[in-house]
Amino acid sequence: MNPDISTNYLGLPLRSPFVIGASPLSDNLENLAALERAGAGAVVMHSLFEEQLTRESAAASSLVEMASDSFGEALSYFPSSSDYTLGPEEYLEQIASLKSALTIPVIASLNGHTPGGWVTHAQQMQHAGADAIELNIYDIITDEETSAIDVEKRLLDIVIAVREQVTIPLCVKLAPFYTALPSVVRQIHLCGAQGVVLFNRFYQPDLDIEELSVEPRLYLSTSSELLLRLRWLAILYGKSPISLILGGGVHKATDAIKGIMAGADAIQIVSLILRHGMGAFATMVADFQHWLDTHDYHSLTQMRGSLSHINSPNPAEFERANYLRTLQLWKA
Amino acid sequence: MSASVPSHSQESNVVSMDGAEAAASVAYRLSELIAIYPITPSTPMGEWADEWVALAKPNIWHAVPQIVEMQSEAGVAGAIHGMLQGGSQATTFTASQGLLLMLPVMYKLAGQHLPFCMHVAARTVATHALSIFGDHSDVMAVRQTGFALLASASPQEAHDLACVAHASTLKSRIPFLHFFDGFRTSHEINDVKLLSNDILSRMLTDKMALSQHARALTPDHPTLRGTAQNPDVFFQTREAANPMYEGLPGIVQAKMDQLGSLTGRHYKLFDYVGAPDADRVIVIMGSGAETAGEVAKALVESGEKVGVLQVRLYRPFDTAAFVKMLPPTVRHIAVLDRTKEPGAPGDPLYLDVLAAIAEQGVLQGLDISRPVITGGRYGLASKEFTPQMVAGVYAGMAGRPASKHFTVGILDDVSGLSVDPDPDFQLPTAGLTQAVFFGLGSDGTVGANKNTIKIIAHRTGAHAQAYFVYDSKKAGAVTVSHLRFGEKPIHAPYLIDRADFVGCHQFDLLETQPVLDLAAEGGVFLLNSPYAASTVWEHLSQQTQQTIIDKKLRFFVIDAYRVARETGMGGRINTIMQTCFFSLSDVLPVDAAISEIKEAILKTYARKGAALVKKNNDAVDLAIANLEEVIVPLEAMGVPRSEVVSVLAPDFVRRVSAPILAGRGDSLPASALPADGVWPTGTSQWEKRNLANEIPVWDASICIQCNKCVLVCPHAAIRAKHYPANALEKAPSTFQSIAFRSQEFVDHLYTIQVAPEDCTGCQLCINVCPAKDKSNPKHKALDSAPQLPLRSAERSNFEFFLGLPNPDRTRLKTDLVKDSQFCEPLFEFSGACVGCGETPYIKLLTQLFGDRAVIANATGCSSIYGGNLPTTPYTTNAEGRGPAWANSLFEDNAEFGLGLRLSINNKRQQAEQLLMAAKDWVGPALVDSLLNEPQDTEASIAKQRASIVSLRAHLSSVPEPLRIKLEAFADDLVTKSLWIVGGDGWAYDIGFGGLDHVLSLGENVNILVLDTEVYSNTGGQQSKSTQLGAVAKFAAQGKARSKKDLGLHAMSYGDVFVARVAFGAKDSQTVKAFAEAEAYPGTSLIIAYSHCIAHGFNLSQGLDHQKMAVETGYWPLYRFDPRRKNLGLNSLVLDSPAPKHPLARFTENEIRFRSLHATNPARAKALEERAQNEITTHNELYRRMAEAPASTTADPAQT
Repeated sequence: MNPDISTNYLGLPLRSPFVIGASPLSDNLENLAALERAGAGAVVMHSLFEEQLTRESAAASSLVEMASDSFGEALSYFPSSSDYTLGPEEYLEQIASLKSALTIPVIASLNGHTPGGWVTHAQQMQHAGADAIELNIYDIITDEETSAIDVEKRLLDIVIAVREQVTIPLCVKLAPFYTALPSVVRQIHLCGAQGVVLFNRFYQPDLDIEELSVEPRLYLSTSSELLLRLRWLAILYGKSPISLILGGGVHKATDAIKGIMAGADAIQIVSLILRHGMGAFATMVADFQHWLDTHDYHSLTQMRGSLSHINSPNPAEFERANYLRTLQLWKA
Repeated sequence: MSASVPSHSQESNVVSMDGAEAAASVAYRLSELIAIYPITPSTPMGEWADEWVALAKPNIWHAVPQIVEMQSEAGVAGAIHGMLQGGSQATTFTASQGLLLMLPVMYKLAGQHLPFCMHVAARTVATHALSIFGDHSDVMAVRQTGFALLASASPQEAHDLACVAHASTLKSRIPFLHFFDGFRTSHEINDVKLLSNDILSRMLTDKMALSQHARALTPDHPTLRGTAQNPDVFFQTREAANPMYEGLPGIVQAKMDQLGSLTGRHYKLFDYVGAPDADRVIVIMGSGAETAGEVAKALVESGEKVGVLQVRLYRPFDTAAFVKMLPPTVRHIAVLDRTKEPGAPGDPLYLDVLAAIAEQGVLQGLDISRPVITGGRYGLASKEFTPQMVAGVYAGMAGRPASKHFTVGILDDVSGLSVDPDPDFQLPTAGLTQAVFFGLGSDGTVGANKNTIKIIAHRTGAHAQAYFVYDSKKAGAVTVSHLRFGEKPIHAPYLIDRADFVGCHQFDLLETQPVLDLAAEGGVFLLNSPYAASTVWEHLSQQTQQTIIDKKLRFFVIDAYRVARETGMGGRINTIMQTCFFSLSDVLPVDAAISEIKEAILKTYARKGAALVKKNNDAVDLAIANLEEVIVPLEAMGVPRSEVVSVLAPDFVRRVSAPILAGRGDSLPASALPADGVWPTGTSQWEKRNLANEIPVWDASICIQCNKCVLVCPHAAIRAKHYPANALEKAPSTFQSIAFRSQEFVDHLYTIQVAPEDCTGCQLCINVCPAKDKSNPKHKALDSAPQLPLRSAERSNFEFFLGLPNPDRTRLKTDLVKDSQFCEPLFEFSGACVGCGETPYIKLLTQLFGDRAVIANATGCSSIYGGNLPTTPYTTNAEGRGPAWANSLFEDNAEFGLGLRLSINNKRQQAEQLLMAAKDWVGPALVDSLLNEPQDTEASIAKQRASIVSLRAHLSSVPEPLRIKLEAFADDLVTKSLWIVGGDGWAYDIGFGGLDHVLSLGENVNILVLDTEVYSNTGGQQSKSTQLGAVAKFAAQGKARSKKDLGLHAMSYGDVFVARVAFGAKDSQTVKAFAEAEAYPGTSLIIAYSHCIAHGFNLSQGLDHQKMAVETGYWPLYRFDPRRKNLGLNSLVLDSPAPKHPLARFTENEIRFRSLHATNPARAKALEERAQNEITTHNELYRRMAEAPASTTADPAQT
C-alpha cells in the first residue's frame, strides 16, 4: 500500500509535498501538466517584478518620445502602439491558463516595487484565480543608514498591506540573512501570512578577472545548500503555527525526507528539473514514496518535524555554530 | 444606408488635426482597399490608414479596409489598377517622385474610366537637387493623364474635398487626384470640422458604390480590357470619352453643393474673394490662395480694388466657369504658379488662364484685350509665401508690368524677374496671439506645443493653428514651432514673423538662430538659461541685447535643465517650458492651464506609474517657482556675436553656407547659388555644432592603441595618428601623446584626438574602449567629461592634430582594424543621428578607398546625411582628392552606379588608346608601366599616380590635339573604386529589380547595403528586410513573413562577392570584407547590419546589440568569395560561430520586437517561436553550405 504523502500547505490541501518552485518552468503549460502527472502538488509561478514593468514602460516611452518630432520626414519611428505600457496582463492571463489546465493549486509570486504596486498586483492575482500568493521580498542593503529594524519593518509593512487587501493565503519567501529569524517569522505570522519559504536564492555577483568586470550569476542549487535550510526548518518547526516550505537544495528523495523530518510542510523543486529534466522529478517522487513504504511510514505526518529542534534527540546540534569537541562525559 | 437629415451636431465635431490626417480620415472611410508606399510628405496618410486598420476601424460600409504596402509607387499603381478592375474602391497616398512612378498607370486608369481617388501631399520633383518640401511640380507633371485634379488649400478643405473627390469619381468614372500643399497643408494643424459617416454615406451612396462592383472584371460576366488597338479605331475611342470630361465639372460642383447643404461649408470649382469690381485679380491654387485671400480682403477694406480667384478643380479646367467668376472690371490678372516648367511659354496655370480668356472671354462678355495677364512663380519647395509678397504682387499690378513673367519670394538677380514684397504690409492681428518656440527635436518642444494646442482649444474653444519647421539634420535637430490662437478661424498658411511670445528652449540657439528676429515689439521672450536673471545679460551678445532693448521685449529666464534634474526628469524640459509659456502668455488663466497640463500628464503617464506622474507634476510646480524676469538694462554692452563660420573658411562657405547655417538662406540671391546643383565637398568641417554635453577624454597612459574607438565613431569626431616625435614642436600645452607601440616606427608618437565641437556625444567610442585602469576599472582610456570646460583647449588640440602628418598609407596594412583607422576619414561631421549605425561603414569606405571612390547613393538616410544642405560631409585629403558623390533617385541607384562604372571604364579605355597613340613621345617604358602595372595596393596606386605626374611632364612634346586629350584623360588611368550605396528600402524593395540586374552583369561595382531592416528616413516602415516578428510602421502587429535573404540571392549568381558584416560584433571581419570586396574584380555586395533609432533602444548600446545579433544567429557573418573556388576551396566562409543564445536574448532588448509582447502577447510569442525556428534553419543552411565540398558551393541552391 502506498503511503499517504498528501500535505497541507498554507491551508491548501496538496496531494504531494513537492511544489514546483518559481522558475521559467511555469511559462510552459505542457511541462507543468507533465510535472502534475509526475506527482507535483502545486506550482509557484515565476515572479512578477513590478519594477521591471514600470522601468521598461518608462524606458520605452522615453525612447519613443526622444525619437519623435525631430525630423520632417520621420515625425516618429514606431507605430503609436509601440509606446507601450507593460502591465501585468500577460502574467494574469498565465494564471488563468494554468488554472484551467491544471488541477493542482497555482501560486502566484510577486515582487513589488511600490507600496501601491504590492497591493494592486496582489489583488489582480487573486482576481485572476491564484490559489495563493508568494511574496518575494528581499533587499540587498548597501546603505549604511538603513538598519536591520528598517529592513524588517518594510517587510512586515508589505505583508500587512497585502493581507488587508487579499483573502487568499500568503507566504513570504525569505532570505537567509536575518539576524533573528524566529522572531521575523513569528511577526510575519502575526501580520497574517500563512507560510514562509526558506530560502530565496539570489543572483550573486561574480568577478571577471580578464575583463575587470562584475557579472551577475545564478547557479542552480546543489545538495550542499540543504543543510542551512534544514537547520532553520528544524528551529522554526513547532513555534509559530505557520507553514514552512523548504526551497533550495533538494535533489533526491532523501534530501526531501530530511526536509520533512526537519519540519517542512512542503518542498519546492526547481534546479533538479532544470538540470536533469522532468524524468528526474518523477524518479524522485517515486523514490520518496518507496522510501516511506520500505521504512513503514504511512503518512507524512509521522515524519514531519521528527528531527526538529524540539523533537530531535540532540537539539543542541541545531544551536552549534562552532566546532566544539562533544565529550560524552559532558552529558553525564 | 441611413436616410435622416444630419443635424448640425453631426458635423460640429471640431478637432485639431493636420491636413494629412484630415484627408486620410475621409479616404480611409470611403475605401475598401488601400495600397501604400512611404514618401515624404504623404507618408503620414499611409501611416494613419495602417494604424486604423490595426485598430480595426471600419469604413462607412462597416468593414475594415484591407491595406497592402507595396515595393514602390509603381507597384502601388499596378495594385490599384487591379483593385479597380476587380470592382473595389481603392485609394492611395503619394507625392513627388512617387507620383511620377505611377504616371504610366494613371493613363490607363483614366483611359479605362476607373473610379478612383488618390491623395497627394504635393511636393517638389527632384531636379538639380532633391527637396522634400511642397510645390505643385509633381501634380503638374500628371495633369495630362486624364485624371481630374482637385486642389485643397487648408486642412478643412483637404477633409471636405477628399469627400467631394471620392464621390465625384464614382459618379463620373473619371479618376481623381486630390492634392494639397505638402507640409504647409499636410502638416499644418488647424481646426477641422469632421464629416460624420452619415454625411459621407449621403455623399457617396450605396447605389454609387454598387456601380463600381457592377463593373468588376469577373468570369461570371467576362469582358476583355486593355486591348491593343490599331490606327483604325484608337483615335475615335479617345474622342468618344469627351462627354465624360465635359460633364465632370457639373458633377463636381453638384457634389460640392450637396456637401454645402449638409455642412454649411460651400465650395465652388473657382472661388472668388475680394471686390466685385476689382481691377486686379490674382489667380492661384492651393494654400497660397488662403494667404492671397486674406490680403485681398484687407486691401479691399482699405479701399483697393483687388481680388483673388482660387482654383479648386484644375482638371478638367472649366474655362467657362473660370471666366464667369472673374469680375468684368478686371484689368490685370496675375496668375501664380507653384511650379516651374523651364522652356515653356509660361507655367501651366498661366497658360490655362490665357487659353480660358482667349476662348471664353468674349463669350462671357469680357473684353479680352483689356486684362493684362502675367504669370508669376512663387513658393517652390515650400519657399515662404507671405502677405507681404501678395501685397508686393498687387503693388506691381498697379502699373504697367515690366515683364509678362515674374517671381515672388526670392531675389532673382540673374534674370531680374523677382518682384519685391511690401515689407510694411501687415494683416490685422487683433484677437490673435502668435507664439514661436525654438527647441531641439530631442527636448520635446514640438510634442509639448501639440499638447498646448489641445489645451487651449479644449479650455477656451479658441481657434488654433500650429506648424512646425524641422531641421534637415538628424542629430541635434532644431525645431521651430509656430502657434497661433485666435477668436476667428485662422487662415494663415505662412510662418509667424512678429510673435507676441518667443520661447527659446535651448540657450545656444539664441546666438545661432534668428530667434529674436521673429519677436514683435513689446513681446515676451522666454529663455531657458543656465544663468539666473541677475547674470544672464552678460552672457548675451551685443546684437541680442540690442534687439531686446529695441523691441522693448519683456525678458524672462528659467533654468529648465536644473528644474528637470531636481525633479528627476533627466533632460526632458518640455512640460517645464510649457508651464512657463502659460504662465507668461494670456491665452489661458494660469491655474486652468496648469490643471490641464497635469491632466495631460496623468493621461500620458498614469499607467506607467505614480512616480512618473509625480515627477512631471513636480516639474510643473517648480517651473513657476523658478521663472524670473530679467531687468533689461538700457544699453547693450555685450561682445559682438561671433562669426557663423571661421574666417579661414573658403569663400563659398562664407558667402553661401554661412547664411544658410544662420537660418538666413532665404536672403541669398539667385546668383549666389550653383544653378546645376553642383556643390563643393568638405564643408561640414566649418559648421561647429557643439552638440555634445559630454565628450570623450583620452587617458594615454592606459590606452592600448587598438583604434577601435576611431572605427566606431559615426561622425569621424575621434581620430588616431602616429607621427614622428619631432612633429610635436609648437603643440598646444594640453595636447596629449604617447610612444607609439610599433616595432616599425620606433621613434613615433601616438595620439587619439577628439573633435570637441563635432562630437555628438553618442558614447560609442567609450563603450567600445577595452582599456581599463587596472586599479579602478571604472576608468577607461576613454571617459566622458563635460564638453564646455574642454571645448577651447580641445579645439586647439584638434586643429593641431589635423596639421600633423598622416601616417604613410603605403606602409599601412589597411585590411587590419588598427591600420585602417590611421587612414584619414573623408566623410566627417555628417548630420546623421547621434550613435548612427550606418555612418561608420561609409566612413570606413572613405578611409580605405576615398581618394579614388565614386559613390552612387540611393535616396534615403544616407543621401540625407550625405548630401542635404547646408553642409557636405564628404571631404578631400591634402592632395585635394576625395569621394565624388552623387544621388540620382531612390529607385534607380544600382543602375545609376552601373552607368558611372561604365563611364569610368569608357574613360579608362580612351585614356589607354590616347596613351598608346602618344607612345613615341612619352616613351614605351612609361606607357607600359601606366598600362600594365597592377594597381592593387596603396603603394602601387601611389606609383601609378607618380607615373601620371611623369606622363604630364612628357606631354609638352606630344602634338596637339593628342596632348590636350591626354592631359584631360590622364587621371583616368588611376583605377577608380565605384560604390553603390543605399539602405534596405532601396536594395530589398524599390531598387531590387535594378540591383538584381546589376548583380547579374558582373561589372566591377561594389554595392554597400546599409541594412537597418526598415525604411529609416521616412520613419521606420517595414521593408522586405524587416525581420519576422518585428513591429514596424505598416506592420504594427509584427511582420508575419521572413526577411528576404539578399545575400543568398546574390550568391546564386556564383560570381558575386557577398559579405554580411556587423562592425559592432566583429570589426576585423568588417574591415576584411570591405578590402576583399573592393579588390574583387567583379561585382561585390556587402550587407551591413546597421543599428538604428528605429530599432528602439539607446544607441549608445549599439555595439552590444550588434554583438548579440550575431551571437544569437540573428545576423550571421560570412564572406562568399568566388575567387576561393580557383584555389579548390569553398567560396563561403562563415565568420561567426553557431548561435550561442536563444533569439529572445537579442529581441527582448529592442522596442521593435518587445512592444508586441505588451500589445499582443500571444502573437508575439507565436512570431518569436517562428523567428527562432527560421533563424535556426537559416544558420544550419549556411553551415551546410560552408561545409559542402568546394565544387558545389557556386550554386547555393544545390545545398
